[in-house]
Amino acid sequence: MTTVTKEPPPPQDFEVRHNDSLGLRLQHLLHGNPTLGPLAVLIVAIIAFSIANQRFFSAPNLSLVLAQVTVIAVLALGQTLIILTAGIDLSVGAIAVFSSILMANFATKLGMPGVLALLLGLACGTAMGALNGFLVTKIKLPPFIVTLGTLSIFFSLNSVVSKSETVRGSDMPDILTWTGTTIPIGGFRLTYGSIIMLLLFAVFFYALGSTAWGKHVYATGDDLEAARLAGIRTNRVLFSVYTVAGLLYAVGAWILIGRLASASPNVGIDYNLDSITAVVLGGTSLFGGRGGVLGTLIGALIVGVFRNGLQLAGVEVVWQGFAIGLLVLVAVSLDQWIRKVKA
Amino acid sequence: MRQSMLIKRGRLGPALVAVAVVIATAACGGDDSGGEQIVGLITKTDTNPFFVKMKEGAQQAADDAGLSLQTFAGKQDGDNEAQVQAIESLISAGARGFLITPSDSKAIVPAIDKAKQQGMLVIALDTPTDPADAADATFATDNYQAGKLIGQWAKAKFEADGKQAKIAMLDLNANQVSVDVKRDQGFLDGFGIPVGDPNKIGDESDPRISGHDVTDGAEDGGRTAMENLLQKDPSINLVYTINEPAAAGAYQAIKAAGKDKAVTIVSIDGGCPGVDNVKAGVIGATSMQFPLKMASLGIEALDKFIDNGTKPQATAGKDFVDTGVTLITDQPQTGLDSEDSAWGKQNCWG
Repeated sequence: MTTVTKEPPPPQDFEVRHNDSLGLRLQHLLHGNPTLGPLAVLIVAIIAFSIANQRFFSAPNLSLVLAQVTVIAVLALGQTLIILTAGIDLSVGAIAVFSSILMANFATKLGMPGVLALLLGLACGTAMGALNGFLVTKIKLPPFIVTLGTLSIFFSLNSVVSKSETVRGSDMPDILTWTGTTIPIGGFRLTYGSIIMLLLFAVFFYALGSTAWGKHVYATGDDLEAARLAGIRTNRVLFSVYTVAGLLYAVGAWILIGRLASASPNVGIDYNLDSITAVVLGGTSLFGGRGGVLGTLIGALIVGVFRNGLQLAGVEVVWQGFAIGLLVLVAVSLDQWIRKVKA
Repeated sequence: MRQSMLIKRGRLGPALVAVAVVIATAACGGDDSGGEQIVGLITKTDTNPFFVKMKEGAQQAADDAGLSLQTFAGKQDGDNEAQVQAIESLISAGARGFLITPSDSKAIVPAIDKAKQQGMLVIALDTPTDPADAADATFATDNYQAGKLIGQWAKAKFEADGKQAKIAMLDLNANQVSVDVKRDQGFLDGFGIPVGDPNKIGDESDPRISGHDVTDGAEDGGRTAMENLLQKDPSINLVYTINEPAAAGAYQAIKAAGKDKAVTIVSIDGGCPGVDNVKAGVIGATSMQFPLKMASLGIEALDKFIDNGTKPQATAGKDFVDTGVTLITDQPQTGLDSEDSAWGKQNCWG
């Protein structure tokens, strides 16, 4: 696998024409378009839940699903970048929650102006990502180990700084809770947080698909050694990816504060796994080099649609986790199958 | 088991603090305590305000009684091993007894048995062991009663307002943990809804219940759960929440839906942020529990045991020592004892 797949790559079905097998045809199609599978799942799920409960397919409910997935989508965006380089980030939740606590405490305990508290909070998140990047590239530790360690460190610092106390939104400057403000568009209620999220996805869709940096990210993830021999400064690429991911997590933290109208040290226990779930469901390969951010957005929406839809359909909570888990297994199996394509 | 702590994960800090505390106690206690009797306090974590308050109460009572207190905590909720090690340390230190909030009610029992064989008095705090008689006594909040009080309050309020209730139940998680079940069922009982199997959440068929969802006892879970339930049934006007962080999250969802005037939230805990929310009108009523009292009563019981060998007796009609629960609300209802948020602020924890 030395081909560099950019996103969205053109359908490569020239060879397929010689082959009549429907399965093989599909395999090639999905290989060329990694977001096609997740998109199909999302559409089928939306149709199914709309039939199960009329309330599902309504503007207020759909905007709700978008608001519910906003934080996790932003975190999963950073996670996508890292997984594209064949890494994994277990410190997502810790960085996000710690960043939110820092922003809130900068403003309330240290009395900083809101904008300064926000910027400093974003800088702290970025620095935490950079620390991961430094350990991965300079100390040459596997990403799994690095982020396992920093996960503990950041959660611990989070406890120390917060003293396990929640900072209430009403005590914070408005800028910190601004992301939770909604703009009604017809029956649709869009939050500023969701708008930031969508803009970020657009930016990284462009950056990964149409810039040298994006191509280097894919190349590094697909085959590190080959990319290095081809003259790509892979360490620099990796470092940038972890650092940018840290910044994205901090933006996620800002959106989180808006959503909860508070900064609580106790939220976000599931963010690590949720972000990985969104990436995997979105068709990005855990083995690196294949997939993209559009898929991740779809993946996050799939989780949101399932949780909301199953609740509206009256399915017990225990079975919601079951359904999501099953989806993940199917998604990874599909990824393995697609990878077997003879390019 | 308490939910506000169920949500702690992956923390290294408490371990370091625990080590430091052990070293500090060993250093100080070892030299000058001389004839002082050693007793222990083992909590689930070192960072949750609930346990911080507990430690405060235990320390105060130990100082008053002239006992040397050694404290221990797990790294996170569920850290059974750290608690087992703490018991072993207490045994080798020759402690006369200890208070423990078990992280894992079943798994801790063999270690407790070992301590009892050494003639130590073991008191479970807040969370009973499983089986409950593995400990010599349990000092705890009656969670069923805590739920019942807010249920009765809600019933009285809705009757006074002449409103028909549509109820959302925001529970902890899917595991049917005992504290979750007891609070949930206590609320329904207090509100006058037949509970079906009292050991099971969600088996009621009463049309006044619009739905259940889980929150993990945290703000983000509370918000998402409430949003989905409001979609399912926009006419919801009464929300039961497992704890105050879940209530705070639920309120955000209700406010975003523009229903904050129409919906009443009730909760349980008595944490200071929760009491602030009662004052602000976010939470209609909450049931306050008393970690400080739990710990100080526990230490007093240990002191009595060391003095003359008597073991604590359970509260009449219960299989544990009830450390009490108080209804906190600024909208008192006739026939129901309650305190206002100002009183709550003076007695809250966290």
